[in-house]
Amino acid sequence: MLKMSKYWLGFCAMLFSGMLAAQSKMPEVEMADVMRANGKIYVVVAVVCVLFIGIALYLISIDRKLSKLEKES
Amino acid sequence: MKKHWWKALGIVLVIYTIVFGFIGEVPRLPILNETIRNLYFHVTMWFAMVILMTASLVYSINYLRNGNLTTDLKAKELAITGFFMASLGLVTGSVWAKFTWGTFWTNDPKLNGTAVTMLIYLAYFVLRGSVDDPQKKGRLSAVYNIFAYVMMIVFIGILPRLTDSLHPGNGGNPGFGGYDLDGTMRIVFYPAVIGWTLIGIWITNLKIRYQKLLWKKNA
Repeated sequence: MLKMSKYWLGFCAMLFSGMLAAQSKMPEVEMADVMRANGKIYVVVAVVCVLFIGIALYLISIDRKLSKLEKES
Repeated sequence: MKKHWWKALGIVLVIYTIVFGFIGEVPRLPILNETIRNLYFHVTMWFAMVILMTASLVYSINYLRNGNLTTDLKAKELAITGFFMASLGLVTGSVWAKFTWGTFWTNDPKLNGTAVTMLIYLAYFVLRGSVDDPQKKGRLSAVYNIFAYVMMIVFIGILPRLTDSLHPGNGGNPGFGGYDLDGTMRIVFYPAVIGWTLIGIWITNLKIRYQKLLWKKNA
């Protein structure tokens, strides 16, 4: 009898935790799915990449100018 | 080309961060929503800053041992770049806070600790500017830099963890790992830290070379 109630308790606990897990999944979190779905996010990625590549090229040009001066002096 | 590989690596890693930082999968969390991607851009500034400040500390200690002015110059320029990254981190954090915590500035211990840290480093630059003799300047500022670094660790690394804070990983909040259970953000975040740090070192490197040329010219 005691063994039986133990199983019963275990089953109840499982059911309850399952219910809790289901409940915690309920609120749908809003993300920019639409933005990604129509593909336009890539435009932003491209723009930021161009920006950063521009900065990198600028750094490279400063680096080269410095190297030239270092060789001269 | 052999000695430039790390600059290329820095560029590649930051571009990787930009691409996967925008289109990669991120955990879906309320309030944060898509702003969780700021982790790749805002938080990396702080990581890069701490790495640069650590390098600055190492050069300061080395200067106290060898008295070489180039070592002192490296310590100074690393601290300046670190300070620059901290400024960017502060401004980006402020924007992020406005849209998630509702205000540009809260009395969060991490924010105030950061403000104090930046004032401490400002005092380092003021100290450098107020002594004329290069060796004396180097010694004084190297000793001060050691104190500044310890204060930085206390103010942004220890105190916010002991008190109540809005930042993850502080004041009993779950850390970064608590939000990123499957590690999808880690594979962008860690390369991002390395990438931004390398870019910071590159800028520092340019400034050090410029100063050395100036010394040569004036010698």
